[in-house]
Formats: sequence, structure tokens, C-alpha cells
Amino acid sequence: MQLVLEKRAERSDTIALVSPLIAIGLTIVTMVILFAILGKNPLLALHAYFIAPLTDGYSLQEIAVKATPLVMIAIGLSLCYLANAWNIGAEGQFLIGAVAGSWIAVKTQGTDAGAWVLPAMLGLAAASGALYALIPAICKVKFGASEILTSLMLVYVADLFLDYLVRGPWRDPHGFNFPTTAEFDPVATVPLLIEGGRLHLGSIIALLVVAAAAILLGRTIKGFEIRVVGAAPRAARFGGFNANQLIILTFAVSGALAGLAGIIEVAGPVGHLQPGISPGYGFTAIIVAFLGRLNPLGILIAGLFLALTFIGGEQAQIAMKIPLDVTKVFQGILLFYVLACDSLILYRFRLEFPNRQVARGAG
Amino acid sequence: MQAHQRMLDPTPNGQHSGKSPLLRTIGLTKRYGDFIANDCIDIEIWPREIHALLGENGAGKSTLVKAIYGLIQPSAGEIHWQGHRIALSGPSEARSRGIGMVFQHFSLFDNLTVAENVALGLDGKESFKDMSARLEQVSKTYGLPLNPRREVWQLSVGERQRIEIVRALMQDPKFLILDEPTAVLTPQEADQLFIVLERLKAEGRAILYISHKLEEVKRLCDTATILRGGRKVETCNPRLETAASLARMMVGGEVKEVKAASGRKTTVPRLVVNDLSLAPAEAHGVRLEHISFELKGGEIFGIAGVAGNGQDELFAALSGERLAKDPGTVLIEGIAAGHLSITQRRKLGAAFVPEERLGHGTAPRMKLSENALLTGHAASGMVHRGFIDTAATLRTVDRATETFDVRKAKRDPEAASLSGGNLQKFIVGREILRNPAVLVVSQPTWGVDAGAAAVIRQALLDLATAGAAVLVTSQDLDELAEIADRIAVMFHGKLSAPLSARDASREKLGLLMGGSSLEPKEIAHAAGA
Repeated sequence: MQLVLEKRAERSDTIALVSPLIAIGLTIVTMVILFAILGKNPLLALHAYFIAPLTDGYSLQEIAVKATPLVMIAIGLSLCYLANAWNIGAEGQFLIGAVAGSWIAVKTQGTDAGAWVLPAMLGLAAASGALYALIPAICKVKFGASEILTSLMLVYVADLFLDYLVRGPWRDPHGFNFPTTAEFDPVATVPLLIEGGRLHLGSIIALLVVAAAAILLGRTIKGFEIRVVGAAPRAARFGGFNANQLIILTFAVSGALAGLAGIIEVAGPVGHLQPGISPGYGFTAIIVAFLGRLNPLGILIAGLFLALTFIGGEQAQIAMKIPLDVTKVFQGILLFYVLACDSLILYRFRLEFPNRQVARGAG
Repeated sequence: MQAHQRMLDPTPNGQHSGKSPLLRTIGLTKRYGDFIANDCIDIEIWPREIHALLGENGAGKSTLVKAIYGLIQPSAGEIHWQGHRIALSGPSEARSRGIGMVFQHFSLFDNLTVAENVALGLDGKESFKDMSARLEQVSKTYGLPLNPRREVWQLSVGERQRIEIVRALMQDPKFLILDEPTAVLTPQEADQLFIVLERLKAEGRAILYISHKLEEVKRLCDTATILRGGRKVETCNPRLETAASLARMMVGGEVKEVKAASGRKTTVPRLVVNDLSLAPAEAHGVRLEHISFELKGGEIFGIAGVAGNGQDELFAALSGERLAKDPGTVLIEGIAAGHLSITQRRKLGAAFVPEERLGHGTAPRMKLSENALLTGHAASGMVHRGFIDTAATLRTVDRATETFDVRKAKRDPEAASLSGGNLQKFIVGREILRNPAVLVVSQPTWGVDAGAAAVIRQALLDLATAGAAVLVTSQDLDELAEIADRIAVMFHGKLSAPLSARDASREKLGLLMGGSSLEPKEIAHAAGA
């Protein structure tokens, strides 16, 4: 008896939907083993991770707040990945967007600048994120440099640049030497949706981005172009589509969305620019994109799920002293299982019972 | 031949009197999921026999030989070798038992020499020097000249095949499998190969010869086993059959004759190529040199030639997948198009069908409607202000299905789920439904069953009758003879002067395909035709 992995005649739409759920199931099994090894009660840990955050309104809002940047970045990344362009540097584009938008906030601080400040911040952040993403895209198209490496390396450049600004020129003079800018003025802050709550306008923007992406991919020729360039590059060229133009375009769009997410995070929940504004949103969004099947609606759901793991991780740390890094382990394992389960969309397992053993060595 | 005994004992393993087949399969079955590729196949191969394996694409020929060569494990059934039941763990075991195979698609490294390539395929117990010497000797003995020190990329397709054959012969096989060996050869090269095969047979070896060229099989083979739909239909002596009776067994019915409408009128030039030269896009690619021809409406122009002589490069230059520097090198409907993209050329009325169905002509994992959009987005009213008209794309699928008898499991399946013949009918149909002024088609019936091939050839003839200019690149000389009005041959990136189809005998085309030029008077005659 042997287990055979064989190709399906046609991709399985059922598995395409179920695969993320199988992956989540396998991840939870693995986490139970991990919790047991750590000496924690696995059931309590799972409760802290997945149930407790859903039981109070504050946590629910917090999940939406955390999901906002994840979803926005992941939508952009999904466009890249569908077109076979591997943008791994969304974290950097997120930080550059945050820095560029903050520049307006810092420069208008304490002046009587009007309502134009926030839209200007959002616009500049998106443009800067796009430009920053164009560096690896152009290197790829012009020189054939691997966009995976260049986009990833630019994350650290952005990270250190932000660090320099908040420790040097932009440091709040009244901030007791902490590496942070002053709190942004109200005109430079993303408005809240619920008075006294956490939910802010950014979540609405994220929903609009999801809807726009769904229309783009499902209904327009440009979306078709993105899908066909990734799925069958030679056929795409035969169809008259230019893969290099699409690399530029998808990198620019995903950079813009990451930059926008960056400034929304800084001008929203954080309120000022400081190091550590992102718990790795740009990287976690890669998992969100794949867990969501590179599909806008799927990404929305996956984004909420991964936001849950961030909140759950914090609760587990407070309640059970489980290290916060376990959240990252969880996310890594999840990506691993998602990619593994995806092979079942095009392949299937079958048990094979070959006829009785034949004597070898005859002849 | 000191250490290596070339002449085989015709009665191996001490079975002196009792004649037993060299190889025998009993009820050999291979299943892939629900699909049965081989259904209970019994076949016997005797020493000193050239045994043809005939069948259409998808009949199960490749599956059967892969099982015999140990590349796949049968799901059921037995393989007997020299009278003993065996189970092959893999090709290396098959080779060590004396079973050799020459594949249709070569597995050679372009940047290595002939000797290095052969060494990689052997089990490597002798020194490289000894192996090279033996290589030269084997190639000389069998009249398969090869220079061991040349790099593969410099060699012609025929020479590359020689490497594969010599590599197999160096293991002194008792039984050699050849998968469509003449598909890539000129008629003259094929004749040389037959001499080698006859000689191997005289030495007592057995040969399993996969082909669908019936005349060839009648001439060369002692026995023929015909497969259809995964089952064995018949084992017969091909010399006692006619090509038509063999074809009936392969197809399971009569093959439709293709008919050209009489009195096709030749009108204005619709596709003109003027002194087109193009450097190769990739290393070891073919440089197109000074290609010129003129193609009028109502005409089918055939380009023959061994694969890899620049046909792919010419297709890319005509379609606009590669652009020429000088716009005037390609004229579509009288408009300079050398610098235009494939989309712009389509808007001028050109349509293209590439050789590779999956991955080039279609995106394999996308639906047929999406694949209709792939080439139809520019000029077929499928896109309005950037938005896709899904109903219009589905209409194209339905019309192609109806007009060209595309058989599929549901209305709009993935391209990859169709059989080769049905997908090719869809692709050709998709382009013809756009009413092109110019159709450039490469290997229109490559790997397609006889029924689909007839539909496609008829469609090309009908399109020409309706006034379009049709350019067909094909390695199948019979196909070109059937549909083309004029035929030219491509060799090393150059295009010969066209011959009228009446004058284009196999011999003349074969000489051109091998790079020889015809006598001046013949060209003059052809030009006047």
C-alpha cells in the first residue's frame, strides 16, 4: 500500500475554499503540542488566543484596528503575487509611508493649518510608499535584480531612517528624550468612528480597498491581465500583455497601499511617529494574502483572523505568561501549512494497492 | 569490439529450442485516478523483430513504453523478460537488463559536449577517455558519425538524435525502444536511420518502434500492434495491410477526406515579409536571415523544415511577440507592422495560432471564456471601457464549440482539461471566428487525433477560400502537401524559394530541409509556377 500524490484533471474549487481551514486546523494541532511542551495548559492557551478576544467589545474593536493595516497591505501584495511579482518589502513601504505622512504633521505642528492636513498626509504617504516600492520594481525590470531580495533589504533601510528621524531632527523637545515625535494635532489625526472607542476611519478605507480590488480582479481587463501574467506568462505575452509594465504597476499599487496603511496607523491608533509602530504588519500581511487565497474577500477574513492572533497573543502573555514571540511562531506555522495545503488544489492523495509483490532478480 | 560483444546470441539464457519472446506483457494496466491509460495490454516482442506500436495521441503508447522501461509502475498485469516475470524499479534497472530507450524529446545539455552528455547517461564505471573512444567506435560501426568534442548546441536535431541512439547502443541493449524517431528528421535522414535499424535487427536485437506514419511502418516493421483508447485493437503484419486499413484500426472508423474548394482566387497581397533579419533572443537561438515572401488572399503558404531551424523565431517576428527594428519588414494588409505589438497587429486583421497549445496559445488553468478573451480583448467587443463583457466571451466559446465540434465536459471548463485535439479545435476556432485577413498558424495538427486534424485542415482551407491569407508552418510534409498552394523550406534561419505544391516532391523538400540547395533550373521552374 502506498500513498500517491496525483494531479487532478481540473483545479478543485472546493479544496481552494477548504484549504485555509485545513491549514488553520493543522496549525492549532501543532500549537497544542507546542503549548504542552512549554508546560502550559493547551486548552486554556487556545481559549486565551481565540475565544477571549471575541468576548468583549474593546477587544473586538481592537481586532478591527489591527486588521485594517493587514488587509490594506495584503490586498496590494495579492495583486503583486497574482502577477508573479514578489514584493516582500511591504514593511518598508509601510514605514516610509508613515514617515512621509508624518513629515506634514510635524511641519504643521502647532500652526493653524486647516482640514487639508490629513488628506495631504494620506496622499503623500501613498505616493511615497509607491515610489519606495518602485525601486525594487525598476531594478527588476531594468537589471533583472531579484525583487525578493531588494524589496526585503529596503525594509531595513526604511526602519533605520525612521529611527534616525525620531531620535534626531523630529524628536519631541518636551518628550523627556524618548525617541518619538510630539503627539499629532487633531487636524493631523485619523478621526474615530465611535466616540471614546478605538475604531477609526481607516477601517472604512480598508473596506473600500477590498471592494475596489474585487471589482478590479473580477470584472476588468486590467485584473485579467494581472491574473494571466502570473498564471501563464508566455500566454500573457501572446495575449499582448506586458509583464514588465505589470511589475511596475502592481509594485506601485501595493507600495501605495502599504504607505497609506502606515500613515493611517501613525495618525490613528498610535498618534505620533516612533520606532516600533509596526509589529511586523508588512510581513504578516504576506500570510494574510496567501491565507486569503489572494482573493479580496478571503483577505478580509484572513486579516481579521490574524488580527485575532495578535490580540490573543497579548492576552495569552498577560494571562498565562506565554511569550509574545509565540504569536510569530504561530503565524509562521500557519503560512507553512497554507502553502502545503494549497498543493491539494491541483493534486490529490490516493491510496494505491499494487498487486502482490513480484519476485525480483529474475532473468 | 574486443570486450563488448556486439553480436547477440539469438537464443539467450540457454533456452535453445523453445522459442520464447524477449519481452512479453500480460494484462498490463495503468490507471491514473479514474482514467485508464492502458487496459489489459498483451504484447510480445521477439528477437530480430522490428515491432511497430501504432496509435493516435492518447491511445496509450507512451504509457505502455514507460511501463516497459521502468519509468512508471503498472497498476496491474505482468511484464516478462526473457521468460521470467520481472518488476522494474526504474530505468536504470531496465538498462542493466538490456532495455534501451530513445525518447522523442531529447534530454541533452546544450552547453556540454557530445561525450560529456553520453557520460552523464551511463553508469560511469569506465574512464572518460575509454568512454570517449568507445563512443567514437560505436558511432563509426553503426554509421552514426559524431564528433565527441562538439558542444550539443552546435548540432542539428538529427545529430542530437544520433547522440541519444549512440548512448543507448553503448549499453549494448537487447531491446531498443524508439519513440517517434522520424518526427524530427528529413526524409533522407529517416532513410539513414532505417539502415541502422535494419542492421540492429540483423544483429539479433529487437526494436519497438512508435510511430503514426503508416507508410514508414509498412516499409520497416515486421509486426504492428495497434492501440486505441488504451486498449489493444490488433496485432498484425503491417506489410499485409494497406495504409488505409491501418488508419481505420487506429482511428476506429473512416477518416474524413479534406476537400479544397475549386477555383480559389488569389487577390491582393495580405501578408508581405521584406528582407526580415532578426538576431536570436536567447543563447543558441536561431538568427533569421533575409526572409522575404508575399502571401495573397485566398492562398495557403506552407513552411516546411526540421524543428529548430528558425520557425519559432519567425512566428514570434510575425506575431509581434518580438519586434523588428524596421517597420517595413512585415506588412499586414499593406500597412508596415514590423514595429507594432501583437495587439495592434490583431487590430489590423491578423490572427495567430502558436505551436504550443498549453501555456502559449492558452493559459492552461484558466477557463475557455478567459482564453477567448486572451486574444479577443483587442478587437472583438469583449471589453467595454476596461470592463469585461463575460457574456460576449461565453458566446465565443459557444460558437467555437458549435462550429468546430469542440468536445468538453461542461460549458466553460479549464483549457487544460480538454484533450489536445479539442483544445486545438477551440484555439483555431477562436481565431477563425474573428474573420482574420491573415492567419499565421504553427504546427496546426501536432499531436492531434486524426478526426480533429481533418476538421482543422478543412477550416484552414475554408478560411483561405473565403479570401484570407494563411501561413502554415509544419513539420508534417503530408499535411503541407494536402493543404498548401506553395511550400518553402526553412533551414538555419533562411527560407528557400517557394515551390508550387505540385513540384514539391518529398525528395526536393527533403534536400532543402537538410540544407542542400536545388539545381538552379528547378528554382527557376518553381518561381515560374
